[in-house]
Amino acid sequence: MYAQMVKSTGTGLKSADEMSAEERAFQARIDAGEKIEPKDWMPEGYRKTLIRQIGQHAHSEIVGQLPEGNWITRAPTLERKAILLAKVQDEAGHGLYLYCAAETLGVSRDEMTEMLLDGRMKYSSIFNYPTLTWADMGAVGWLVDGAAIMNQVPLQRTSFGPYSRAMIRVCKEESFHQRQGFDIMMKMAQGTPQQKAMAQDALNRFWYPALMMFGPSDKDSVHSAQSMAWKIKMNTNDELRQKFVDQTVPQAEYLGLTVPDENLTWNEEKGGYDFSEPDWEEFFEVIKGNGPCNTDRLAARNKAWDDGAWVREGMMAHAEKKRARKMAAE
Amino acid sequence: MKTEWPLWEIFIRGQHGLSHRHVGSLHAPDAEMAIKNARDVYTRRNEGVSIWVVEAAAITASSPSDKGPMYEPSESKVYRHPSFYDIPDDVGAM
Ligand SMILES: [Fe+2]
Ligand SMILES: [Fe+2]
Ligand SMILES: [Fe+2]
Repeated sequence: MYAQMVKSTGTGLKSADEMSAEERAFQARIDAGEKIEPKDWMPEGYRKTLIRQIGQHAHSEIVGQLPEGNWITRAPTLERKAILLAKVQDEAGHGLYLYCAAETLGVSRDEMTEMLLDGRMKYSSIFNYPTLTWADMGAVGWLVDGAAIMNQVPLQRTSFGPYSRAMIRVCKEESFHQRQGFDIMMKMAQGTPQQKAMAQDALNRFWYPALMMFGPSDKDSVHSAQSMAWKIKMNTNDELRQKFVDQTVPQAEYLGLTVPDENLTWNEEKGGYDFSEPDWEEFFEVIKGNGPCNTDRLAARNKAWDDGAWVREGMMAHAEKKRARKMAAE
Repeated sequence: MKTEWPLWEIFIRGQHGLSHRHVGSLHAPDAEMAIKNARDVYTRRNEGVSIWVVEAAAITASSPSDKGPMYEPSESKVYRHPSFYDIPDDVGAM
């Protein structure tokens, strides 16, 4: 997902006997559906895993602006440009909501930024794919935001209060993102044969990377079991992927486009589609930094950070000068 | 030079004559910029008509471990609620 393969910190799931009294009380609060707030006692593993997960999610929102930002100046109409600009601005907002949720756990914004910039922290694999045509703006909104929503909706119920509240805000804004993407796809799919071909090509390129967003199967992962017990992960990766496919295939049919999967068939028995797994080797390569755009993305973030340094410093110096002047006058 | 802008807590009054409500936080060099940033981050969809910003460092919070001693005294005072009193139906609305 936006946070893929987040490793939990700790020894894996403990039984009630193995837990300390504090841990038992903590788990009981979570089981009772209570929210954990920043100043409450929490196991170190819970805190560290959440910083990793929320940080990764925040970084994904921020880096995720790049593939779409790529098309703002070339949007086909002024209206499309305004819409895309608003969407990308929302993603910046999502990043900020999430960074402040992570900061309540005792990590600073600068630390998180530095960990992104030097590669210690990850962002979603999906943003390492290029956006080659305008139809990709449709595919990204429809599929990428669609997959993100699938993950974010259940996270509104996550146990950590600030994360849950950030997710509620994000989800409120997210549905316009998917709709504007689908709207672009509809226009293209109902357009000239060339436009329809562009839409199909975008679907072909984004289908499997979108499926990868949920991460590899984690039904046997100890990290996932711990995260699910803590309610910082609400569903297995496979559950969410299945839900995404079941929701998306009829939408592709509506568009008159073909999902690039020969094995896609409706399975009456399970009440869902059977479908091909994405190429997990490709996924691990992208995660390692060898995707088509990893270098560009990190370079762009580093450049923004470095080029902005004088602004950050200058504004701070100005604020301090103003404060000193005000103090002197009082 | 390494200077992280201070953290500000943001409170917004919604449209309907409500109190300001905490919506989140953000970094800004000073109060004026905090308000400008809060406008962009927290009111992109008309969520508010008024913004308060407070430097996070200036907030004093009750500690969660005080929960018992702080709030228990009010638990036993059921007579502070109208439902404590039995008023006969004949009296009418009260
Ligand atoms: Fe987002
Ligand atoms: Fe989005
Ligand atoms: Fe997004």
